[in-house]
Amino acid sequence: MPSPDRAARSTIDPDEVAKFEAMSAEWWDTEGKFKPLHMLNPCRLDYITGQIAAQFDRDLGAQAPFAGLRLLDIGCGGGLLCEPMARLGATVVGADAAERNIPVARLHAEQSGLEIDYRHTTAEAMAEAGEAFDVVLNMEVVEHVASPIDYLTACHDLLKPGGLHICSTLNRNAKSYVMAIIGAEQVMRWLPKGTHDWNKFITPDELYDLMRRAGLTPVDRKGMVFNPLGWSWRLSERDLSVNYVTASLRPERVTL
Amino acid sequence: MDNPAPGPIVSAMNRDSDILITGGGLNGPVLALALARAGFTVTLIDAAPPEADASAAASRAYAIAAGSRRMLARLGLWAALAPDAQEMAEIKVTDGRAGEGPARGMLHFDSAEIENGPMGHMVEDRHLRAALAEALGAAEGVTLKAPVRVVAQEAGPGGVTVTLDSGERLTGLLLAGCDGRQSGTATRAGIRRAGHGYGQSAITCTVAHELPHKGVAHQFFMPGGPLAILPLKGNRSSVVWSERTERAEKIVAGPDEAFLAALRPAFGNFLGQIRLEGARGLHPLGLSLAERFVAARVALVGDAAHGLHPVAGQGLNAGLRDVAALAQVLGEARRRGEDVGTGPVLERYARWRRFDTATLAATTDFTTRLFSNDNPLLRLARDAGMGAINAVAPLRRAMIREAAGLTGELPELMR
Repeated sequence: MPSPDRAARSTIDPDEVAKFEAMSAEWWDTEGKFKPLHMLNPCRLDYITGQIAAQFDRDLGAQAPFAGLRLLDIGCGGGLLCEPMARLGATVVGADAAERNIPVARLHAEQSGLEIDYRHTTAEAMAEAGEAFDVVLNMEVVEHVASPIDYLTACHDLLKPGGLHICSTLNRNAKSYVMAIIGAEQVMRWLPKGTHDWNKFITPDELYDLMRRAGLTPVDRKGMVFNPLGWSWRLSERDLSVNYVTASLRPERVTL
Repeated sequence: MDNPAPGPIVSAMNRDSDILITGGGLNGPVLALALARAGFTVTLIDAAPPEADASAAASRAYAIAAGSRRMLARLGLWAALAPDAQEMAEIKVTDGRAGEGPARGMLHFDSAEIENGPMGHMVEDRHLRAALAEALGAAEGVTLKAPVRVVAQEAGPGGVTVTLDSGERLTGLLLAGCDGRQSGTATRAGIRRAGHGYGQSAITCTVAHELPHKGVAHQFFMPGGPLAILPLKGNRSSVVWSERTERAEKIVAGPDEAFLAALRPAFGNFLGQIRLEGARGLHPLGLSLAERFVAARVALVGDAAHGLHPVAGQGLNAGLRDVAALAQVLGEARRRGEDVGTGPVLERYARWRRFDTATLAATTDFTTRLFSNDNPLLRLARDAGMGAINAVAPLRRAMIREAAGLTGELPELMR
């Protein structure tokens, strides 16, 4: 596969690189600004890897278990999910609407010795261009978009038939207001104030409904629950009250 | 999942192995085997030549706890060890004083009191080393570099590089320091150590004796330090005899007859006539704790993290628990696609092992200070104390379980 990022990298000037190095260090500083994401990451990865392994019948203990799978991470940021997916052998495209994240993510992937195709683009533009993936990761994005149904339709269109869509977001209820807005943004300062607009949070049933309208078949949903004693996150069958993650499929083509 | 295909996680990555290990003693090779089993490629770096005749070590034997035995079985080592392993059916702890015989408050542990079978097995160092060497030779994905020394190590964003005295440079994602209580890996990573000597050294030897030991292990708390008599296959026992260092040095330096003459009064005659078998060793004792288990792309294992007093026979078992926990944490991280050398992954290992280790270090340190003393008041107090522990069954069972390595959150390899 040709490497489009190599050409792009050569156009970056040295001052920019210094700035991106600082930003890359920030994205990947597990004790810094993105600490909450780093804490959540193992839990998200457990869900993602488990769902992909089940859907595509892969053994996670094998060498490069995701080899041959084409995977898109929407809202890739510094590449916190892209890198593990690439390390597991997937062919990874990371897309982010924030242009400045792209060179940051590229730089870190290079340091990690991983080949990842990072692009400054949107799900809608990629769907328009006719891109097709086995897996689309859509993590903590849907609560930030203007039109969830249009966005999820683009996610559907980006999947090959039988493809897997993993989507996580925040539930909308009194508890999520206390935890995500007051707790995470105002008390713990884990996230900058204004990161989330609680009114745009989506309940699991609303998300299932939106996904069905976008042509996706929901197959699984789990809560992601923070345990303050172990200072870690875990997956929960029942507690979807704040953070939760879902799996849905683009149905195989039906011949009429 | 059994026996996943070993191999690099990402073939495109330019590194020699996923994991580099320093130290070819016991923990290093076991860690190499456990990581290879989890699918990692490993380079084991040892300062000693592969066929080294460690004659001091050759006189040693280890009390393998139940969890450790299960782990060795999982790693395919136990089948080779079992024929020469002696079951420990009972442990008798006695406060003794030379020439006076055992005191009355004798502490008695019997494996019949816990449901998990024997309290442990005695395995001789020579057998363990032979089994490890054979398994390493057969393991896929394990490279041995010996005899070489590490002269420099450098952690970077993409991995860790070590420079060998041969000039060769090796790269990996993580450097695991299994290089003992004077761990160069820890020093180079800027990890400081705390601890103190006990002014004691352990004399180790193997004795053959006239009468059968019936699988009973004895620990006598003598004024100079504890004396352990641990059953080996046949009418043989392994002796770990702690003494004040200057006396220990004199005892070891003497000819066999003088050595036995010094040992006999402490050993007693409950096993009949004794004679020396093979070499004897001398090991200075001290507590040596690393201030941290991990640093950037570095994890410490076993004595490199926590050199304990061998009073509870827990050194090797604690090391194997480190190995099992680290192998599990790294194996899980690998399945998630995480970079196994990064802070969040290593912190999981450190958090898991920190508590266990602190407890064990505090306990053995306290026990040593309490027992290595001829103050008559302390002696009376500990006689009463041991009598009391004996009288309270739940407390005694708890101590047996701890000694058998059955407490705490056990790593999968030990379950």
